[in-house]
Amino acid sequence: MIPLLASKLILKCLERENVEYVFGYPGGAVLPLYEAFRTSPIKHILVRNEQAGPHYASGYARESGRVGVCLATSGPGATNLVTGIATAYLDSIPIVAITGQVDRALIGTDAFQEADITGATAPFTKHSYLVKNAADIPRIFREAFHIASTGRPGPVLIDIPRDVQLENVKTPLTWDKVEILGYNPTYTGHSGQIKRAVKKIKEANHPVIYAGGGVILGHAEKELLAFVEKNNIPVITSLMGIGSFPEDHPLYCGIVGSHGFEYSNVVMNASDLIINIGARMSNRATSNLTNFENNIEFVHIDIDPAEIGKNMEANIPIVGDAKTILIGLLEKDTVGEHTQWLSDIELMKVKYPLVYDADPPCSELINPKVLFRALSGMTSDNATMVADVGLNQIWSALYYRIIKDRKFFTSGGLGTMGYSIPAASGACFATLDNPKEIFVVCGDGSFQMGMGELGVIAEYQLNVNIILITNTKLGMVRQLQFDNYGKDHYSGTDLNFEIDFMKLAEAYGIKGFKVDNNADFEKVMPEAIKHKGPTLIQCQVHPDFIRI
Amino acid sequence: MEKKTCLSLLVENNFGVLSRISGLFARRGYNIDSLTVGTTEDAKFSRITITVTGDEQILIQIKKQLNKLIDVITVIELKPEESITRELVFIKVKTDDITRSQIVEIANMFRANIVDVARESLVIEITGTRHKIEGFFNMIEPYGILEFVRSGDTGLQRGAHVLSF
Repeated sequence: MIPLLASKLILKCLERENVEYVFGYPGGAVLPLYEAFRTSPIKHILVRNEQAGPHYASGYARESGRVGVCLATSGPGATNLVTGIATAYLDSIPIVAITGQVDRALIGTDAFQEADITGATAPFTKHSYLVKNAADIPRIFREAFHIASTGRPGPVLIDIPRDVQLENVKTPLTWDKVEILGYNPTYTGHSGQIKRAVKKIKEANHPVIYAGGGVILGHAEKELLAFVEKNNIPVITSLMGIGSFPEDHPLYCGIVGSHGFEYSNVVMNASDLIINIGARMSNRATSNLTNFENNIEFVHIDIDPAEIGKNMEANIPIVGDAKTILIGLLEKDTVGEHTQWLSDIELMKVKYPLVYDADPPCSELINPKVLFRALSGMTSDNATMVADVGLNQIWSALYYRIIKDRKFFTSGGLGTMGYSIPAASGACFATLDNPKEIFVVCGDGSFQMGMGELGVIAEYQLNVNIILITNTKLGMVRQLQFDNYGKDHYSGTDLNFEIDFMKLAEAYGIKGFKVDNNADFEKVMPEAIKHKGPTLIQCQVHPDFIRI
Repeated sequence: MEKKTCLSLLVENNFGVLSRISGLFARRGYNIDSLTVGTTEDAKFSRITITVTGDEQILIQIKKQLNKLIDVITVIELKPEESITRELVFIKVKTDDITRSQIVEIANMFRANIVDVARESLVIEITGTRHKIEGFFNMIEPYGILEFVRSGDTGLQRGAHVLSF
């Protein structure tokens, strides 16, 4: 066998995993890898800050359903990945992060650009490796991709010292068999628990399905729809569950939580059985639910046993994959009688309607709720909406309608500002051969955290439309300050310099639009969508518009 | 209701496995009462014994979180009625010519060993269950304990059953 340079072996391993793109930033400790990139078919995308790298990988993974890969050098390059890795962990997104490390002999000496990145990321990686021996590379890469993409997906980090990359190794590349003794995710639910769940579902008078991100990660949308229609059970989603169920369906009942719809929380509170499929029951989702302790029965389906009973006691726990379990449930007799319940829900919808109106001065500029409702009618059936964090996220989550094959990505678990631009760019790379409509929505706060990546968008002329909602304020924090401390207690939330975003767009060669009323938005947006290549649509919203 | 539980883990002998486990306890706010690690009959694996205090729900969550770690192969609870657990303690006691023989006598009753003798002190080695060691401390305390060190519990299941994967 001819010896192979470890850095080349690493790229061969990525090829074997069908990796198309690596979102990376070079540096001293990954020089051998970059030398190998020159002759590899894998395309390297030079991100403009390592902090964006994992978000690209995340957007790529969510759009393509495959593992996203990011790369950084040792020390500051690696520590810049930390927030993005944590973001992927909290949303269970399969990514592999590769970092360079100082030479083995220098580890632990506080060498130049040395950081203990496996230690730093341990709390929010599904697993991590420090490669001490080049011969382990094929096994470690196979395991890393396997762990990232199976069970409950999540980020895996591989830290590779520079001198390991320079070793010559005679290792067969084929390492198809993954044997990890301590890792064996459960996919099929326990038959006894399923039997109990079937009985409960059939008997329930006021059942609801609470669908989370697990339905999307488990590709179980079709099965969920079939189960819902067979049983006539209304569906409420979490923020991460947006996209798991079509929002124009008569059984759709909105989004729950402190930033959800009022009627959705009312429906959830009035239920007698919650069938939770792949949702965490986080504090943000359950803070408005008061009836839980009393008389709601709770079936919890999740692939991660540690989720069950963590935030809420489950009457019937079912550990397994959403798709497999729904297929199993579809074969069972679960159909109950819910006519009264469904008509009660219609009354709740009337009693707690969605409010679109705004008063002056807010009504003098753009009404973002109306904007997103209007946008729903303009975009294609398979558009992807990538929301940042803040009011922009909640407005788009609540009022942009996810129907048919549309997708909605956001940093739901960690709430990382600056997510949308790189994540949408990653989604663009996933669809480069067959471009589709991809939208960013962000505020002027989150835009300024991610705007360095406009360089990549411009370089590759990515087909992304950036809807930039500006109010020269950090809107959601202002909302919290208003609610917690009162009207005159805004503090540290002014971005009081009016950036000329049109000039900024022009500097990057991005087509810019600026609108300050809804009629103009509705005129301009179809043009922006039709435009080939990136666009920036600045939408001016009044700073006092802080309601969702 | 809070209770003390002894967990026995079989783990892969990988880089950083102990820090992953201790880090898990730290960041989720679980307290470790004691932790012991050692090699096993197979060099690829280590055994870890951890004693924790918490209510039933926390203990279930701890076990689930430990099982989530890729390096952790098996987690079992060492229930008192189905297992043997012991702890090793060294105790340095103040002595003089009068008390020395009394302390040796107490040590003998507890099947403890005297492992160091000096003019003004003794070091006693005692192995046993938590209750036995508490009893011994009670008896020896009046003589003046200078310092002591405890290994923390370690244990095995009774019978032919072995911890495997």
